[in-house]
Amino acid sequence: MPHDHHHNHEHTEPPSDLELRVKALESLLVEKGLVKTETLSAIIETYEHKVGPRNGAHVVAKAWTDPGFKQALIKDATEAVASLGYCGRQGEHLEVVENTNDTHNLVVCTLCSCYPWTVLGLPPAWYKSAPYRSRAVSDPRGVLEEFGTKLDEQSTIRVWDSTSEMRYLVLPQRPQGTENWSEQDLQQLVSRNSMIGVELARSAEQKGEGDK
Amino acid sequence: MKGGHDLGGQLEMGPINPEPESQEPVFHADWERRVFALTLATGMLGKWNIDESRHARERQDPLAYVQNSYYENWLEGLEKLLVEKGLVSIEELGLTANTPGQTTESLSVPNPQTAQKILSFGAHSTIKTDNQPLFGNGDSVLVRASQTTGHTRVPKYAQGVIGTVVAKLGCHSFPDSNALGVHEGKFLYRVVFSGVDLWDHSSTQTEVLIDLWEPYLDGAGN
Repeated sequence: MPHDHHHNHEHTEPPSDLELRVKALESLLVEKGLVKTETLSAIIETYEHKVGPRNGAHVVAKAWTDPGFKQALIKDATEAVASLGYCGRQGEHLEVVENTNDTHNLVVCTLCSCYPWTVLGLPPAWYKSAPYRSRAVSDPRGVLEEFGTKLDEQSTIRVWDSTSEMRYLVLPQRPQGTENWSEQDLQQLVSRNSMIGVELARSAEQKGEGDK
Repeated sequence: MKGGHDLGGQLEMGPINPEPESQEPVFHADWERRVFALTLATGMLGKWNIDESRHARERQDPLAYVQNSYYENWLEGLEKLLVEKGLVSIEELGLTANTPGQTTESLSVPNPQTAQKILSFGAHSTIKTDNQPLFGNGDSVLVRASQTTGHTRVPKYAQGVIGTVVAKLGCHSFPDSNALGVHEGKFLYRVVFSGVDLWDHSSTQTEVLIDLWEPYLDGAGN
């Protein structure tokens, strides 16, 4: 109920202590010459607009349509992904884990928030939250159900706890009924969540729902 | 002591309540954006490494760690490192920005181009060695118990549990030492654990794979 009040909070509430604390820290660091404002802008621009899950969707759709690329990806993901131009911070040692009919993969970092930035961008808030980090390892089926994902009871769940500098990307299964689809169309079925493993790729009928 | 960050297997943390993927912004407030950028930019000064950075966030009251939002923990860690590394004084943090203290003569402060280059190159954690790994694929290994108050990357839930080595990942910078500023390589293994061994008899059809360094492990026969 965002419009219950007669005034607009964004303009009437004073900045929180946290906002003031961060502003003061930034001013101090700029004044002391420890950071440059334009460098901060470049960093934000990179992770807000350039590096994101579309990179990973490109990787996955290419693996679905190009068996040679898929083979290279499974063998050395860092190398294969770099061939598409995706490399850098938090993707130095990348591994791709493939979902099959009897194995489903799920990625977590129980100790902090390790995540393959180069292909997925920055992690969503829930990935960094205590509920996900605590239960992904001990109750992965329950976690998947919270995302509306139900797996075959016979299938095995492999949970990857990112404790080292290795970063994991899930290669979801290609949805049925997409045999003649182009790589570009397939990309639209590859959600970020399917590459973390909490969901499956979107079905052929769900194409375009990512924008909703 | 187990820090508030070591969350694997903890109970009663509540529902996940994920935001719908298509509606979630990268940052939820402007101050988060600034904390993120300040953390990366100051990290590029080379005064601390990734494990010192993680440890700075972990060295908090465990309850505060869990209650803080994610970027609040980043801010806590960043302020701590800035003070501990002598870049900023405690007084300066408490004051307004009008009274700069120390200077930064010897530091190379990245401009946008340098920052982009650093981000796109990344930093590899592998280290060359002539040593041989103790364990091989298929070996049973027991995860040692640890009561360290320092930084470590062995989750509590795996300690005392036997798993199987499924991959040798090479020699990587050892986080426990790296967090103290000592850069040394140790062999890293991918170890698989069965859900039944980690949790209880109902956790069938579940495996957890954890990357563990050699000093965390003892042989457990075959």
